[in-house]
Amino acid sequence: MARWGMVIDLDKCTACQACVVACQTENNVAFMKPSEAQMGRSIYWIKLTAFQEGKYPESKTRFLPLPCQHCDNPPCIKVCPVDATNITPDGIVRQIFARCIGCRYCTTACPYTVRYFNWYKPDWPEPMTEAQNHDVSMRPKGVVEKCTLCHHRLQKARETAIAEKRPLAPGEYIPACVESCPPKAMFFGDLEDPNSEVSKLSRSPRAFRLLEELGTKPKVIYLSEVERSGSNVS
Amino acid sequence: MYPSAAVEPAMTDEVLFEPMERTTPRFYITAAILLCFTMMMLGVYFRQLWKGLGVTGLTIPVYWGVYITNFVFFVGISHAGTLISAILRICHAEWRRSITRAAEVITVMVLLFGAGSVIVDLGHPDRALNMIFHPNFRSPLVWDMCSITVYLTGSVVYLFLPLIPDLALLRDRGKKRVWFYRTLALGYTGTERQKRILEKAIAVMAIVVIPIAVSVHTVVSWVFAMTVQPMWHSTIFGPYFVVGAIFSGIAALIIALAIIRNVYHLEQYLKDIQFNNLGLLLLVMALLWFYFTFAEHLTTFYGSSPEEMRILMSKISGPYAPLFWTMVVCCFIVPVSILSQPRLRSVKGTVVASAFITVGMWLERFIIVVPSLSQPRLVQSQGIYYPSITEILITLGFLATFILFYVLFTKIFPIISIWEIQEGREKALEEVHERVSAYMPGPEKVA
Repeated sequence: MARWGMVIDLDKCTACQACVVACQTENNVAFMKPSEAQMGRSIYWIKLTAFQEGKYPESKTRFLPLPCQHCDNPPCIKVCPVDATNITPDGIVRQIFARCIGCRYCTTACPYTVRYFNWYKPDWPEPMTEAQNHDVSMRPKGVVEKCTLCHHRLQKARETAIAEKRPLAPGEYIPACVESCPPKAMFFGDLEDPNSEVSKLSRSPRAFRLLEELGTKPKVIYLSEVERSGSNVS
Repeated sequence: MYPSAAVEPAMTDEVLFEPMERTTPRFYITAAILLCFTMMMLGVYFRQLWKGLGVTGLTIPVYWGVYITNFVFFVGISHAGTLISAILRICHAEWRRSITRAAEVITVMVLLFGAGSVIVDLGHPDRALNMIFHPNFRSPLVWDMCSITVYLTGSVVYLFLPLIPDLALLRDRGKKRVWFYRTLALGYTGTERQKRILEKAIAVMAIVVIPIAVSVHTVVSWVFAMTVQPMWHSTIFGPYFVVGAIFSGIAALIIALAIIRNVYHLEQYLKDIQFNNLGLLLLVMALLWFYFTFAEHLTTFYGSSPEEMRILMSKISGPYAPLFWTMVVCCFIVPVSILSQPRLRSVKGTVVASAFITVGMWLERFIIVVPSLSQPRLVQSQGIYYPSITEILITLGFLATFILFYVLFTKIFPIISIWEIQEGREKALEEVHERVSAYMPGPEKVA
């Protein structure tokens, strides 16, 4: 069984947010009214987070694309009272919109704050409904949603492979964010396969995971900026 | 119809029957005002159901706010009743006789609103039954559902058992709602055998209910403590919440007793001594509460791990500082300075202290729930959370409806346990005399 994982090379990332836009269109992430966005209620399955380092004039802003970390030991699925979120055998943390009762316990338990709640019925301006992706279900108001690593793409790829009576080839299943990344800073694949690109990169000395000390075992791996890690190995 | 010799109503306790038999315009006015709040709450809630939880002030990352605060607060208040009453009964505290009923009713009524607060907080309340159909037993919320259900059931039984002899009294008076009291009295006539069984049942329930009550607020604290969020993930939370619950519970009980005493002219039954004793209990709880609060915050401060410090600082000197220090004043400084003076442990003094404590303990719950959420590790904070008008109106509505239910109870059932008062008058003196003489050195009495 595969263990799907993602590697994001922060040295190559230009913080262009193409991944954010690609994700929004791929996954029917609803639009927010400006007033709602101002309240900080926008939904981003992947989001660009800024970190300030140091004080002016030596300050520096660093950026980090932040999707769901798809932890091997996710704190969110333990606390869900109705099993509306769970982890697939190949390591994808899913959300069952039809079962979620909207208690938001998972959103408060997630140390990465990457789970989002539908405060209202999602708002779709008229022309934008044409752009909806019919492979991804629409969310009602009052449920939690999050990055699924474009799980629907895996299903599609798997069905094609089964129809053609062959195993899933590497690179056949790739989430929208990884596919769209202009500087090719994002990598995706099977962490279980020692020869896959992600598996090799995950063993790089530059590799780190967010909040590793919490024992959540994230499957999104970052490669630190060289200047910062003091190493030239990539 | 029944031999009334065994349960002869004493003429001296006539005033205890009055609330059920005479209704003044004051009652209708109070009920009407409370009902207005209830209707307003329902209106606002249906609007929230229709539109979504967006009508609250909640945002990312403050996903929980006033509703969850209310949940913890109301479940805390519920510890006033069953727990206090059970402890006093087991200790044979004779001054308890006139306060146990009033306490037990608080538990039953307020628990409904505690559970209700969670339902109001759900994005999809129509799916709430998924908690029963698809429970995930690893979730502290499911533990909560189980323990609160058990607690509510236990508290209803514990309220009902000591009510039976009073229902028989009301049935035998034959004035109002006789059929109703006859049904509920379950044919109790006060024979020796019935008395023995009843007393045994009450004694058993008093013991059973204590661990249940302790477990309830422990599990409520675990909703927070089981996550890895800074300043929630703390082993002290179980006992800390239980202490806070008993603390706020006694305060609520004192306020309720003072109102009952005033409105129904029960000065003969609820004397200064009851308020003095409850005040002493309250003082002990205030000191315990301070001890826990101090230990919790000092440990965090001394360890000074950065993510916990950010939250601690937002509490003691950041945006939540006004609330935090108000809490300290309300929960510790004011009550301790009032209650530590015997002269001030009067009805008025204890009520003032209790009012401060009730406000302070609500703030305490808020200060636990919100700041930890407002400063997540990775995402930038989006400013402070202000509850919306919807949340405020629903909170007021819950409070008013709770009071309404309580008032209605006093109109249907005796709010002071009549038979226990009579029993106390007839037997307790002798019992206490015997008990105390048994403590004394001297020849053993052969029973």
